[in-house]
Amino acid sequence: MFGDYEAQRHWQEITFNLPIKQWYFNSSDNNLQYWGLDYPPLTAYHSFLCAYVAKFINPDWIALHSSRGYESQAHKLFMRATVLIADLLIYIPAVVLYCCCLKEISTKKKIATALCILLYPGLILIDYGHFQYNSVSLGFALWGILGVSYDWDLLGSLAFCLAINYKQMELYHSLPFFCFLLGKCFKKGLKGKGLVLLIKLACTVVASFILCWLPFFTEREQTLQVLRRLFPVDRGLFEDKVANIWCSFSVFFKIRDILPHHIQIMISFCFTFLSLLPACIKLTLHPSPKGFRFTLVSCALSFFLFSFQVHEKSILLVSLPVCLVLSEIPFMSTWFLLVSTFSMLPLLLKDELLMPSVVTVMAFFIACATSFSIFEKTSEEELQLKCFSTSVRKYFTCFTFLPRIIQHLFLMSVITMILLTTMTVTLDPPQKLPDLFAVLVCFVSCLHFLFFLVYFTIIIMWDSKTGRSQKKIS
Amino acid sequence: MAAFGIATGGSNWFSALALGVTLLKCLLIPTYHSTDFEVHRNWLAITHSLPISQWYYEATSEWTLDYPPFFAWFEYALSHVAKYFDQEMLNVRNLNYSSSRTLLFQRFSVIFTDALFVYAVHECCKCIDGKKAGKELTEKPKFILSALLLWNFGLLIVDHIHFQYNGFLSGLMLLSIARFFQKRHMEGAFLFAVLLHFKHIYLYVAPAYGVYLLRSYCFTANKQDGSIRWNSFSFVRLISLGLIVFLVSALSLGPFLALNQLPQVFSRLFPFKRGLCHAYWAPNFWALYSALDKVLSVIGLELKLLDPNKIPKASMTSGLVQQFQHTVLPSVTPLATFICTLIAMLPSVFCLWCKPQGPRGFLRCLILCALSSFMFGWHVHEKAILLAVLPMSLLSVGKAVDASIFLILTTTGHYSLFPLLFTAPEKKSLFLIGWKLSTSLAWDLWKSSVNLYSLSPPGT
Repeated sequence: MFGDYEAQRHWQEITFNLPIKQWYFNSSDNNLQYWGLDYPPLTAYHSFLCAYVAKFINPDWIALHSSRGYESQAHKLFMRATVLIADLLIYIPAVVLYCCCLKEISTKKKIATALCILLYPGLILIDYGHFQYNSVSLGFALWGILGVSYDWDLLGSLAFCLAINYKQMELYHSLPFFCFLLGKCFKKGLKGKGLVLLIKLACTVVASFILCWLPFFTEREQTLQVLRRLFPVDRGLFEDKVANIWCSFSVFFKIRDILPHHIQIMISFCFTFLSLLPACIKLTLHPSPKGFRFTLVSCALSFFLFSFQVHEKSILLVSLPVCLVLSEIPFMSTWFLLVSTFSMLPLLLKDELLMPSVVTVMAFFIACATSFSIFEKTSEEELQLKCFSTSVRKYFTCFTFLPRIIQHLFLMSVITMILLTTMTVTLDPPQKLPDLFAVLVCFVSCLHFLFFLVYFTIIIMWDSKTGRSQKKIS
Repeated sequence: MAAFGIATGGSNWFSALALGVTLLKCLLIPTYHSTDFEVHRNWLAITHSLPISQWYYEATSEWTLDYPPFFAWFEYALSHVAKYFDQEMLNVRNLNYSSSRTLLFQRFSVIFTDALFVYAVHECCKCIDGKKAGKELTEKPKFILSALLLWNFGLLIVDHIHFQYNGFLSGLMLLSIARFFQKRHMEGAFLFAVLLHFKHIYLYVAPAYGVYLLRSYCFTANKQDGSIRWNSFSFVRLISLGLIVFLVSALSLGPFLALNQLPQVFSRLFPFKRGLCHAYWAPNFWALYSALDKVLSVIGLELKLLDPNKIPKASMTSGLVQQFQHTVLPSVTPLATFICTLIAMLPSVFCLWCKPQGPRGFLRCLILCALSSFMFGWHVHEKAILLAVLPMSLLSVGKAVDASIFLILTTTGHYSLFPLLFTAPEKKSLFLIGWKLSTSLAWDLWKSSVNLYSLSPPGT
């Protein structure tokens, strides 16, 4: 298996055998073309730690140069164990604590929520099947969300900085954090407590960054090289097949080839920020934990759909916030999480994970359906679309069929996903279009994600109106 | 939509449990499998390619057919589905053939036949009375029993990793027990007769069945104090039971009787040449006996009390299946083990005859017979502990005393199955699952046993 598994093993080899100054640089000992390090320093330190343990068990696993492509049962067991340990230490406690702190729901529902979140197929398949350490960065982000939602702002921001320093993709979540904390400072009054909080937060962030990057701040060239590895702007608008706008758009219009490089960057920048601006502004003006969660979803989704060099695994960054709102809108969340797993189908099939995917998706679906009775929760109020529908009904009085439309859409969506999966597995694509099924999967998923983006944005925007009107009344 | 919603609503936990464990079994498909996988593939090949007259004579592979005829017919039926997966597995000469399709077919056949086990568990749950149960689902005895049986850790290891078909066979046994609870004795007897001709290991518990049926079914009434009323004997019932057993046996052994192959069949079914202990020792009395013998022989050699030349070379701990002579203690013959087993069974069978307590008493006797045979039997496999663990689950949701005994039995029984997991990854994952399952179920069991439930009232 010469994919991410070998990459992680190689990073252990590099970080253990070479001095820190050489980790991100191309050299005779460190060929950056062969799975060079392209995650921030915390990943490197984690690999170093794992390599240290590996040395005790079998030094051959991380021997410089000679361990390339090393594969054995014992080594596989060790690597998988490292993922499990990381999961147990960081991600799972965060999920459990989050569910314990949920308000206004029974203990049974809390346990059910925790179970459903932990059963989310996407994370299990990518971390344990494809092999990655997403649970670490997502876990840290979740600790950050917990801290910030329950007014432990400094600890929360520290945790989130750790998340960003583990995987730079967590920057997708950074804007909501920034807006929420800024909003809190504004609320406390910028002339007094707010300013104090702002300064404290700034210091925390700067301190944590300095701490993580300390070895790389010694020389300007070091810092620049790390940044170059983290943000490969030379690589283009997208790579491989991913369920975002640019890849789907390129089916009709080869945008990658036609437009020059810097224009591509500008366009993606503009679209991304335009789509997430309303929600972020709202969060800054009216900070609330609920608004924070939904803004995380819509921000991450905007970044996924419109940003630069997005990988299909980045959908996990959207799935985490959606898992957090599972108890509030179970129907739509379950639907989204199923689609997110489906969007990674080409990747999962490449790793020969068809059977585990099918089994985990079914288990997740059954768990959600039995715990939340999702099919009974499709009324307007349950979908949190009541305010929106009321507003629309002022202009179109016959707009009462929203739940029914959504139910039908769900059915169609599930049938399409099952059909596409079956086709991809059983049929061979035509000679002229070898990537037909992968492209179809991406295209269908992209349409779904656009729909969800609109949905979540509506919830955020119309939620404020009730808040404001209620305040006016009282 | 609404109907689907109701179907998957919170009250249908049984389906959720059954579906959940089925999904787990699907995940266990690519795990390590033992030589039993090749055994069953060989039997598929034998029954498919050869005429009946050859079934119990075929010896190309070392894994000869050593289960009763009904199981052979079962493999024959499976082979007709197998040919659509991979025709090559049905060739007798393809020893150790295990293509991915073969693996898929065999694993799915186990998962599929477990449907009978699920049905049997469902029937057993009906026999539980949970009126004093708490409001919480996890405290209801029906839920606990279903979880204990459907997610039985030992069955998962033996059937879905090591590879065997104990699921549906245990299902037959549990179904016959459930029928006894539901007073449908003829059905229960029929099911047990069929079961015996699927796997003759269930002879371990045949005395319990025999005595119970004779005492509580053939004698239709008891005296005031519960002792036997001789004049209530019903010949009709006795004859109908006999007829059932006779017909089932005729169906099973008839063809081989006609072919004059009965001695060969019996020699395959009861291979006494295999030795006192299996390759991996079952944790029974003879294991202790042999260990003691070994210790004494080592001491004897050290103290120069024994002549090294007189000690037999074959070692019981070599992991081979063969005849063996003990050095210090007297050697054990099959007859000796048989007598020991009978003596161990005697008290429980005696109680079942003199003071029957209805189906619950029968269940206790069954468990004790299974444990006695496990303890003193000849060439016992460690998997045989499942014969005692599964019925014990039924008792454990009844009384606190039974629950505590069950906890010890199931923990040690499942722990003794660990040598079956040969490879490290399986050990790790199953250890995690097993630990999680046993701790959560133990907690539930303890909580529920604090409230006192009772099984359905004892019949007379």
